[in-house]
Amino acid sequence: MSAELGHYALILALVMAVVQTTLPMVGAARRDALWMGLATPAVIGQFVFVSMAFACLMHAYVVSDFSVMNVAANSHSDKPLLYKFTAVWGNHEGSMVLWVWILAVYGLAVAAFGGNLPPTLKARVLAIQGFIGAGFLLFSLGTSDPFIRLDPAPINGNDLNPLLQDPGLAFHPPLLYFGYVGMSMPFAFAIAALIEGRVDPAWARWVRPWTLLAWCTLTAGIVLGSWWAYYELGWGGFWFWDPVENASFMPWLMGTALLHSALVAEKRDALKSWTVLLAILAFSLSLLGTFLVRSGVLTSVHSFASDPARGAYILGFLVFVIGGSLALYAWRAPALKATGTFKPISREGALLLNNLLLVVGCATVFVGTLYPIVLDAIDGSKVSVGPPFFDKTFVPLMAPALLLTAMAPFMAWKRADLGGVLQRIWLAALALAGAIALIYATHGGPIGPAIGIGITAWLFVGAIVEFADRLRLFRVPLAESMKRLAGLPRSAIGTTLAHAGVAVLAAGCIAGSAWRTETIGVMKPGDQATLGDYTVTMATIGEEPGPNYSAVVAEMRLMKDGELIDVMYPSKRFYPVQGQQTTEAAIRTSFMSDFYISLGDPDEASGGHGVRLYHNPLVPWIWIGAVVMVLGGLLSLSDRRLRVGAPARARARRAERPAEAGAGSKAS
Amino acid sequence: MKRKHKRLMFVLGGMAALGIAAGLVVSAFDENLVFFFSPTELAAKEIKPDQRIRIGGLVEAGSLTKETDGVTVRFSVTDNTKSLAVRYKGILPDLFREGQGVVAEGRMGTDGVFEASEVLAKHDENYMPREVADALKKSGEWKGEKHGDAPAGANSGAPAPTEGATQ
Repeated sequence: MSAELGHYALILALVMAVVQTTLPMVGAARRDALWMGLATPAVIGQFVFVSMAFACLMHAYVVSDFSVMNVAANSHSDKPLLYKFTAVWGNHEGSMVLWVWILAVYGLAVAAFGGNLPPTLKARVLAIQGFIGAGFLLFSLGTSDPFIRLDPAPINGNDLNPLLQDPGLAFHPPLLYFGYVGMSMPFAFAIAALIEGRVDPAWARWVRPWTLLAWCTLTAGIVLGSWWAYYELGWGGFWFWDPVENASFMPWLMGTALLHSALVAEKRDALKSWTVLLAILAFSLSLLGTFLVRSGVLTSVHSFASDPARGAYILGFLVFVIGGSLALYAWRAPALKATGTFKPISREGALLLNNLLLVVGCATVFVGTLYPIVLDAIDGSKVSVGPPFFDKTFVPLMAPALLLTAMAPFMAWKRADLGGVLQRIWLAALALAGAIALIYATHGGPIGPAIGIGITAWLFVGAIVEFADRLRLFRVPLAESMKRLAGLPRSAIGTTLAHAGVAVLAAGCIAGSAWRTETIGVMKPGDQATLGDYTVTMATIGEEPGPNYSAVVAEMRLMKDGELIDVMYPSKRFYPVQGQQTTEAAIRTSFMSDFYISLGDPDEASGGHGVRLYHNPLVPWIWIGAVVMVLGGLLSLSDRRLRVGAPARARARRAERPAEAGAGSKAS
Repeated sequence: MKRKHKRLMFVLGGMAALGIAAGLVVSAFDENLVFFFSPTELAAKEIKPDQRIRIGGLVEAGSLTKETDGVTVRFSVTDNTKSLAVRYKGILPDLFREGQGVVAEGRMGTDGVFEASEVLAKHDENYMPREVADALKKSGEWKGEKHGDAPAGANSGAPAPTEGATQ
């Protein structure tokens, strides 16, 4: 029964979405308050019905209702409860429902917090969100219905792919989708602004926190996926420039650019049409990312074409949304007049240049990701574009971007003095030179990674120095600095954290790729293997049962300089339902490096097991850096000046404490 | 005048950035595009020994052997017309099976054995790497996929392929 209820709720949600799209849009054009006001109940209705559909699907999974095709294909009665929940979005159809549900949540947020928005803007924003929702609901109902029944129902299901039965991956899709769909907020605001023909700082004040929220969740989602790949795939790497990864990385790059240009639009009333363009592109790439992964086009151009309805719909929707919004942009953007002017050397200039680098970097990722697909579609040639391509295109573009990231916060708005800026970050320059020299002296080899680490040292020290500057640390008594710290806007602390986090993450990526060492061998109990300063001894190996799998677990003793430092348990699991194996790597993390053991197949000839050992320097920094970045974003989000509906109170507060107002206007 | 200058600056800056990126892309494409061949195509082609390529097909049943060091494996990849011997030092991915599709990246050795530095097999055992499926279609040996065409999984941002690690 619940499946039919869910299906019906999904249809009602579509009806609501159509109402939400059409009436408020027409109402805004005709300045009809009643029609515009219809948006809010429609949003609530859509939210309620999508939630119902989502709950019905979840219910079907939890009670293992295998008469629902989607459940039968992706679940199994023996599966742990957590993965019964997460299997809901572990497949194409269910993930589309999750997508629409998140969109409905965002719509609800606009309806709830948008009281201070001009009514026409609010109505148009909601109408555009309604349109996106309608597009996805129609897709879901028409081509990927999660509620189709099976008759007769199978006794049990096919189970969820064991690789996905993992806590890291369980929450990766929802976070990622909160990021993807979050980009629909700036997009809806951008389209509404184009229709209205104006972008004012109030507009940017709305766009920025939502972009920031999307950025935070997208960052967390991407890194969670990368972390999962690191420990679950068992081959020691954390980022593979795989098209599926790139699909999520492109909106992140564009979103990062948008975050910074929205800042200029808000504070300086400049770069307005550029901000609108970035908002359109960021969401377009989110859509592309969703569909690239979900449509199967990545696995085969032919599988994409083999379901003509799905393929044609996706292509049509993408062309309409992206093409339509870009056409609207071309037509209306000239109307967006900016009042703020600035010199090339200024904070605006630095942010703009960084924007350009991010966008162009994103373009290289785009080319590297889509070129093989396009070539295959054109003449059937099979090529692949691997990590070396991205190392040679994306990475060199990011080097100046990171250099600039440290400098921009030192620059004044409108016009900055480059000499003065360099004078203030001499410590960062020292770190840059020192790190390069130190690493080159100790590691030698190609200079590239050393320069990379130098740049991250520059960025990290630059971020810290800028923060210390704000507190006038060591130039005024410590108590005075502490007082300044308490008065500092949270967004300023957030900026410092986010920039420092980027530096830490980038250092981890560079070191983890450049100086990784590994060895492989066959080991029996009692055998030893060495890697660098480490010695690993296999103590025992044996079978252990799990809830829906059986595992082979080895006990490995990790020694360094003759001392036992850890006992590790790498294992290999076998899931009988899908007949599949997974590798559960054992990782010993210290602050500076990971020691990583993955277990391979048994070797009949010698009676041992294949074992792979990796030493990954600085890889823990990737996760630390990402956590710091997200914390920075969230802290900035909690700044009351960004809090929606609080501008009036914030102004009052600023008037009270003029000393902070100066620091506040500098905050980025 | 001022606004015009600013726009010009913006456009020139953008063009310069795009130009640099285009240059990087073109030069990287030159060296880093890896072409895929089936064993039949490979037999008809002259491949330079230092060129990185991908090959793929089905792992021939009964062809998997291990060398005495215990970590170097040899197997044959076939498109049911021609087959090609492959050597790989490393741990095979979890989904590597005889009779299943496989893609390997590496170089042709001088002895005619393909030296793989990476072996890829995808998430789902029923799923065929796309190059392999197309190659089999070309050679007329395609028997269709068992379970739809999309790979299973919520790989909505995480890497999809389960690959054998690069050496």
